[in-house]
Amino acid sequence: MKISLFVPCYIDAIYPKVAISMVRILEKLGHTIEFPEELTCCGQPPFNSGYWDDARKSARPVLERLKDAEVVVIGSGSCGAMMKVFYPELFAGQPEEAAAKTLAAKTWEFTDFLVTKLGVTDLGASFPHKVTFHDGCHGLRELKTKQQPRDLLAKVRGLELVEMKEAETCCGFGGTFATKYASVSTAMGEVKCASAAETGADFIVSADSSCLLHVQGLLGRQQRPIKTIHIAEVLASE
Amino acid sequence: MSETIAAPRAQFFQDADRITHDLEHRRRIQAAMGKYYISRYSRQALFRDWQEARQTAAETKWAALNELDKHLENFERNATARGTQVHWTSTSEQARAVIVDIIRRHNARRIVKSKVMTSEEIHLNQLLVELGYDVIESDLGEYIQQLKGEPPYHFVFPCMHLSREEISDLFENHLGTAQTHDPEELTMIARRVLRQKYIDADIGITGANFVVADTGMISITENEGNARLTAALPRVMITLVGIEKVLPKFSDLALFLPMLATAGTGQPLTGYNTMYAGPRQPDETDGPVEWHVVFLDNNRTTLLADPQQRDALHCIRCGACLNVCPIFKNVGGLSYGTTYQGPIGSVITPHFRGLQDWKHLSGASSLCGACTETCPVKIDLHHHLLHNRRNAVEEKRGFLEGMLWRGFTFLMNRPKLFSLSIKMGRIFQPLHALVKDTFLDPARAWTKSRELPEIAHESFRDYWKRRQTK
Amino acid sequence: MTEREKIFTRIRDALKTQAPMPGHHDGAGKTHAISEARNAIAGAKQWLPDPGADSAEWLAQFEKLSAELKTTVHICASEADAHAKLREIAVADGWKSVAAHQHPLVSPAVAALPLPLLDTTNGYDANAMAKCDVGITACDALVAQTGSIFLTNRTGGGRALSVLPPHHVVIAHREQLVPDLPSAFELMTRIYGPANWPSMSTLITGPSRTGDIERILVLGAHGPRKLTVLLV
Repeated sequence: MKISLFVPCYIDAIYPKVAISMVRILEKLGHTIEFPEELTCCGQPPFNSGYWDDARKSARPVLERLKDAEVVVIGSGSCGAMMKVFYPELFAGQPEEAAAKTLAAKTWEFTDFLVTKLGVTDLGASFPHKVTFHDGCHGLRELKTKQQPRDLLAKVRGLELVEMKEAETCCGFGGTFATKYASVSTAMGEVKCASAAETGADFIVSADSSCLLHVQGLLGRQQRPIKTIHIAEVLASE
Repeated sequence: MSETIAAPRAQFFQDADRITHDLEHRRRIQAAMGKYYISRYSRQALFRDWQEARQTAAETKWAALNELDKHLENFERNATARGTQVHWTSTSEQARAVIVDIIRRHNARRIVKSKVMTSEEIHLNQLLVELGYDVIESDLGEYIQQLKGEPPYHFVFPCMHLSREEISDLFENHLGTAQTHDPEELTMIARRVLRQKYIDADIGITGANFVVADTGMISITENEGNARLTAALPRVMITLVGIEKVLPKFSDLALFLPMLATAGTGQPLTGYNTMYAGPRQPDETDGPVEWHVVFLDNNRTTLLADPQQRDALHCIRCGACLNVCPIFKNVGGLSYGTTYQGPIGSVITPHFRGLQDWKHLSGASSLCGACTETCPVKIDLHHHLLHNRRNAVEEKRGFLEGMLWRGFTFLMNRPKLFSLSIKMGRIFQPLHALVKDTFLDPARAWTKSRELPEIAHESFRDYWKRRQTK
Repeated sequence: MTEREKIFTRIRDALKTQAPMPGHHDGAGKTHAISEARNAIAGAKQWLPDPGADSAEWLAQFEKLSAELKTTVHICASEADAHAKLREIAVADGWKSVAAHQHPLVSPAVAALPLPLLDTTNGYDANAMAKCDVGITACDALVAQTGSIFLTNRTGGGRALSVLPPHHVVIAHREQLVPDLPSAFELMTRIYGPANWPSMSTLITGPSRTGDIERILVLGAHGPRKLTVLLV
């Protein structure tokens, strides 16, 4: 299968290892990767802020560039939800409505793609650590990917998964919410970090680097020993 | 980022900032909600199919609203046939005037209220107290909040933020009772005070959870029995209710009462679900001689006119969306400054009281969707927060924020420029240490509580280029 | 235009545009006509908690929920047995006066008690009722699914008798136990519909309770601290 990899801006600039791991895993499974270098952003930040005109401006190149793609895979539940769930709404009644729906139908969040589309759970990975999994809200509730990452982690050699209290509670990132309502976002993140630390895990694993950006920032400030890692990096570990 | 700081917005930020730093508050609310989680979700698990029940409830409400006019007429016809007096009010002022007029006609002095959220909405208590009436809230939580001089913290659990010690102090100050930290003894103090109030009251004011069209009934849900006493002993009963609360049929309650109880408190049914079908009838032994049902619009028709968000009128005020909301749990109910707190309040308040003044509540969400997932009548809550944000910008585009997003889009649509800016960021990032923890820090909103991530030595884009040329 | 007309005009104007079906955002809903919307009573029959298959299971369910709710249930072999149980409770709790209404199930039970009676049937003084130790009533139905008692001001001696005294005793027949809420609402409609409704009907589920102070359960917030069902 020819897979177009959509790489969100923060993965590109801050967490390139996530995308590199995804490439490694998908190529190992025998697929061809195409990276549309022209694309940087799905348009979610202006969309969530209410600036839908600007969001459409960001999203139009994505629709255009990916219109012939066979399948699009994203290593983020949040950007995945933007393209899969919110593009059709953003372009409802616009000339691009049909294109938005077509793209939504062939776009996949990474763990969902592996488990649901490819039917693969065992990637031969080994990660001998105790981990806890943080559900990113967009993945969990917009894309309904609760079980997929857990199925994948269950097959990783040496990995012990310990669920944290209220695993499904938001970490408080929420995009621009994290700076517009910084004290609320921080309080939510502190609750999340405390629940994660309580498990005694070495790593907080998530399918969304945007949540981890915030959680890692808090952990760093609080000097907690627990670290964060994207699930793709875990699955690419040998 | 907003240009004009409206009073409600400033108040929200000020209160939220204070409460989010109050670790005792956080502990107390987390503990209370922890109990809620256990009882609610274990009760929900007993349903043969909760999701199908939800869909049925949502469709019933949807169909009820689609014919709201017919159901209200139907209710009116059935209720008046049994001697109920029905009043229609568009605004808070009109509703207050109708109620004061009824009180005056009966030369009433003493008024006992059971929980009426709509009366908070129209600020009825303040007016009645100003006019010199003896008004008392009879729901325990509401009574405590009345003594404290504070609005309800949560529209189902009005004083959940108070400790037993604080309540004991309140009772000592206002009632002169001895200190006790036993919740049962504290409850009994209120019971003793309030019992005589029901008996002596001239007027009882209640709210309503459901308006049943086909029988002309209203249904009131409660645990304490205070609403039942309020509707049994005073000579005159007034019920203040929003026009959206209709259910077409009496039998619809068979679904809605257990769903309200399960989602609200995790009970099989709330202690008392009482259906009133008129004032005291000729062959009956007690009850009010007059019953007035006062319908309130207060911009509900504005929300009704928005088909995208009309489902917010499905709300049965169970409070579940507050209980699962991580924002509510961290900012607390009073920070909202609204009658209805939490996600449902953030959705409907802009419709009721003005979008520009209340849009900050729709912004105060990470859009996590826990509210939508838990709602027993399937209100698309978190997406409506998004819709409110969009509507606010379409109505009045922010100047600074508008510039920011224009710049953002400009940059993101130019991948080479984006790439360059990342490289620049990498070069300049070490200099950030110079301004970090000062007000010159451009990322202060982030760095006040969080470390900044480090920009990678090689972006994925660069890695890919290197790989392709290999 | 009256305020009523203004409100109805606004409602009709608003409803000219139809709202999407609920559930369209989670894939469960579809667009269809109002007449096709699901029926709440049918939904309630299917999806609410299982009350059990036969009357023995219903009774077991009613007793189990009552225990959780802190309602005391006594299964009595006969009316005489119920009267004896009532006397036993009266002695144990030290009742000095009772309030009750005239009803074929209630009157003989009260007559068997050697205590002063406040009869609510033809009106009463609220202060006097507040001083009674117990209110004794009949009911319309018991609901296995929720552990509830369904009564009206006709079967419950008015609006206050079942809520003002500190102890509420219900005397009911075994045959009055229905499996679930839909059956209970159907039964009430059969008895009182379409135009003979008592001005108050209430579903009582456990004694009066509150959790307003630190979410800790306290019984007897305003209504009865004790609820007893004598099932004959």
